[in-house]
Amino acid sequence: MNPDELSYSKEHEWVRMESDDVAVVGITDFAQDSLGDVVFVELPEVESEVGQFDKMGEIESVKAVSDLYSPVSGSVLERNEALVDSPELVNDSPYEDGWMLRVAVDDDSELGNLMSASEYEAFLESEDQGH
Amino acid sequence: MTGDSFQSPYVPNTDLDRRLMLDAIGVDSVDDLFSDVPEGYLNYDLDIPSAMDELELGRYAAQLASMNATPGDYACFLGAGSYRHHIPAVVRQITGRSEYVTAYTPYQPEVSQGTLQTAFEFQSLICQLTGMDVANLGMYDGSTSLAEAALMAGRVTRRGRVSVLKTVSPLYREVLDTYVQARNIEVETIDSQNPKIEEGTACLIVQQPNFFGYLEDLQALSDLAHSSGALLIVSADPLSLAMFNPPSKYGADIVVGEGQALGVPPTFGGPYVGLFACKQDYIRQMPGRIVGRTVDTRGEEAYVLTLQTREQHIRRERATSNICTAVALIALMSTVYMASFGKRGLRHVAELCYHKAHYAAGLIDSIPGYSLPMEGTFFREFVVECPLPPERVNRMLVERGIIGGLDISEQTPNGMLVCVTEVNSREEVESLADALAEISRDG
Amino acid sequence: MSELLKRLDTDRRKLLMDRSAPGRIGTTLPSLDVPTSDLPDSSLLRGELDMPEVSEGEIVRYFAQISQMNFTIDHNFYPLGSCTMKYNPKLNDEIASLPGFTEIHPLQREETAQGAIRLLWELQESLNEITGMAGCSLAPMAGAEGEFAGMLMARAYHLERGESKRRKVLIPDSAHGTNPASAAMAGFEVVSLPSDADGNADLDALQGSVDDELAGLMITLPSTLGLFDSNILEVNKIVRDAGGIVYGDGANLNAIVGRVKFGDLGFDVIHSNLHKTFTQPHGGGGPGAGPVIAGPRLVDYLPVPVAIRRDGEDGDTFSLGRPPKSIGRMGAFHGNFGALVRAWAYICTLGREGIPQISEDAVINANYILSQIRGCYTLPYDRICMHEVVLSATNLKRENGVRALDVAKRLIDYGIHPPTMYFPLIVDEALMIEPTETESKETLDSFIEVMKTIAEESSSDPDLLKNAPHNTPNTRVDEARAARRPDLRWRRSEH
Repeated sequence: MNPDELSYSKEHEWVRMESDDVAVVGITDFAQDSLGDVVFVELPEVESEVGQFDKMGEIESVKAVSDLYSPVSGSVLERNEALVDSPELVNDSPYEDGWMLRVAVDDDSELGNLMSASEYEAFLESEDQGH
Repeated sequence: MTGDSFQSPYVPNTDLDRRLMLDAIGVDSVDDLFSDVPEGYLNYDLDIPSAMDELELGRYAAQLASMNATPGDYACFLGAGSYRHHIPAVVRQITGRSEYVTAYTPYQPEVSQGTLQTAFEFQSLICQLTGMDVANLGMYDGSTSLAEAALMAGRVTRRGRVSVLKTVSPLYREVLDTYVQARNIEVETIDSQNPKIEEGTACLIVQQPNFFGYLEDLQALSDLAHSSGALLIVSADPLSLAMFNPPSKYGADIVVGEGQALGVPPTFGGPYVGLFACKQDYIRQMPGRIVGRTVDTRGEEAYVLTLQTREQHIRRERATSNICTAVALIALMSTVYMASFGKRGLRHVAELCYHKAHYAAGLIDSIPGYSLPMEGTFFREFVVECPLPPERVNRMLVERGIIGGLDISEQTPNGMLVCVTEVNSREEVESLADALAEISRDG
Repeated sequence: MSELLKRLDTDRRKLLMDRSAPGRIGTTLPSLDVPTSDLPDSSLLRGELDMPEVSEGEIVRYFAQISQMNFTIDHNFYPLGSCTMKYNPKLNDEIASLPGFTEIHPLQREETAQGAIRLLWELQESLNEITGMAGCSLAPMAGAEGEFAGMLMARAYHLERGESKRRKVLIPDSAHGTNPASAAMAGFEVVSLPSDADGNADLDALQGSVDDELAGLMITLPSTLGLFDSNILEVNKIVRDAGGIVYGDGANLNAIVGRVKFGDLGFDVIHSNLHKTFTQPHGGGGPGAGPVIAGPRLVDYLPVPVAIRRDGEDGDTFSLGRPPKSIGRMGAFHGNFGALVRAWAYICTLGREGIPQISEDAVINANYILSQIRGCYTLPYDRICMHEVVLSATNLKRENGVRALDVAKRLIDYGIHPPTMYFPLIVDEALMIEPTETESKETLDSFIEVMKTIAEESSSDPDLLKNAPHNTPNTRVDEARAARRPDLRWRRSEH
């Protein structure tokens, strides 16, 4: 379910390396499912800096607001402007059309702080048992 | 019946009901249900008057009401943020319906479409009247709308300085000061003669017509605000908007105002409804409740509270405001009022106020000793400079059955702010002029 | 449904602007009885004013028809927890409509408004006595504004003592959202305080959170879990010993009125929602009133105005004053006078005999419901409750995938208003039921029967619940669509 080629954070964001230094960032299927119908996404400005695991924006469902945390450090190259009019893309296609940011990555060794798909799934299971 | 234990008409439980329920619960006495209260802290000592029956209370309330000089018996020329206008009977009849009075906030849309649809009507008509893109369902009153608008401008611009024109109501200014006192916001008073604003200003706040009843040059003020990246906030009298250009025409970013003039009786100051409208771009920074149109599972049109993530019950300490009401019933009064007078009637009432105020101003200006110290276009209020302290003038007016204008000698020497609306008959206006002449003569 | 019926349904809900026909008007226009003056320069005047044109009868019928889509306390049982939907006495409305109250101007000279100011003073005195506090301002126009006022008072108190570093406010995790929002507006940093397994404030966590940066605690008593915090004396002592202010959210005063006084328990400042305990009608979401009531430490900081009585040779006179260290003005005038009159009339009607009956019957009624539906729903805190009982639908969710939302919507099919759902946030699938003292045992019995039936239906026919309500003008609405593509006003372009 969670694509193998991506890296995952404990805050339920994913990273896809497009090239050696450009990453695409979004939230996981688990995250969109827990949030329910996404109605609004607030993302950082293009050219602003984001830090790994720092707050980078907010995501709103009808009756909840959650913080978004960047899984990598770098500067924002592009935001998915389609989310402005169609935030439901995050629900419908979290790993493709519902992507959020393209980031010029400062240091790709940060990916070592993230999980693989199988590690992330194990993490989800352990979280579930914790509740 | 005397000597019987008191049975509240609002409580159906009798001692027998209570006994049956306590048995079902499995406790001996009511006090057992209060066992979490620390020992010794049940305190039945209640030093308030004894219960009054309906007849007795009706008499007492009527007695208190009769101790107030009531416009109608008195000619009243007070305005300054609370205005007397004729309210069609239909407004009271509709807003007195218990379907509107005794419903709660419409959190359950399936059983609240009445409240929700009237709320959508209110938002729509306030947008029509102000010319703005969006309006919320109302704040507590015009002054808190203004204060919340200033806070909102801070969020939108991420700036911490607020500039207020000196001609904004001093009462509103006090409320603004209360609301920003803990917020690291600097409030600066701007002279209206030669307005300048400093760098880093979030908003320029203007009242239209201003506290003294006169129109501000909104175009110049709008240019001033926007040239430094500040928002223009206009606190507008809604009835004046039926006659004069709406603030949107001059590029206002947020329009607030007191909705009371639209069908709400003065009621010693409240409840009123604060109007709040803004440009589309700022909608997510708006405080207050908002109703939106959507569809139900069958595809039928339906209304629902929306954009709720701005609000305190979801965003808690990061909410746009702590407000948890919308003064919905008062908003409904204004809605019915606007619908009743409608396109032609609102303009008509506004023009009546204009003509009557100008007639009064002309009469007073011609009385020896009185003058109109301010220049410009006024709507239904104007400033009179009296030959005596207005405090004394007003005391003598009351003896003659007239409630005079507001004493504003703190703002302008011997100043009295006189308000004339369509409810002030020609006779009332002329008797005010006669009385003022007499007071001046007899000093 | 036939096309015709469908169209009639749509027509009934047409908006005013779509009902407009040129030339119609909904009232007579007052005449001009003075000579006209020159109008100002036309560049200042508005062109077309695009407002509705409808006749009076059309207006009445429209608003009467859509009013029928509302559920109200006059119609049936409304056990909406935390909102205190009790009967709204008609006498209070009549008294509040006396012209001597509705027509008077807020800036009238005080000697011409003695009846009104006297009424305010009497209400202040009653609220002080009922809550055991020292002084009261009726100015705040809603509970949340009362909270804001109270927290500004706490801030002013600390600042005056040179303790500007006291910026931390503790708020239990069961609190209404207004508490943290009000504290933030008053410049404080909010720290959430966990509840313990019994639903009380966690004393260990509290001890660990108090230090010399503590400004105070905001606590709702009884709590939003419908529980009286049995450690309240210790809680208040810990906060006060650390130099903090104790704020009491009196939203649930209904449960203890006439029996327990906030002042006795060591509270410094509270607010009371007059639209709850004191029966001001809710009006579809306002107006309310939220007087702020202070103990000795904070009484000098109350907002403007406070009604004052002076003894004189010719009898008492009443005036509106400014407390010596007032935090300022909360609104343009003196608070929501119309709401205050209703609360005053209610207190006069009940008097010292009737006030304690409010809490007695509110608490009996809630515990009676609790005792009768125990077993059908999950009870997160199984202990004596106060004026409301918080249930959870987790058992139904686990067994049949039925959620609190579904139970709530199914109640509508039985003609009962849903309870509050998903609040407090610390209870999963919460259903918060507040019967109030104005409901009869017969009403409660039928509610209990309905709740049991719904619990049965959740296993026999879960879809019946998931698709409820079935007989309302609208079925469940698409809230996501409303928030994604906000459509917030009438626009001509659509038509």
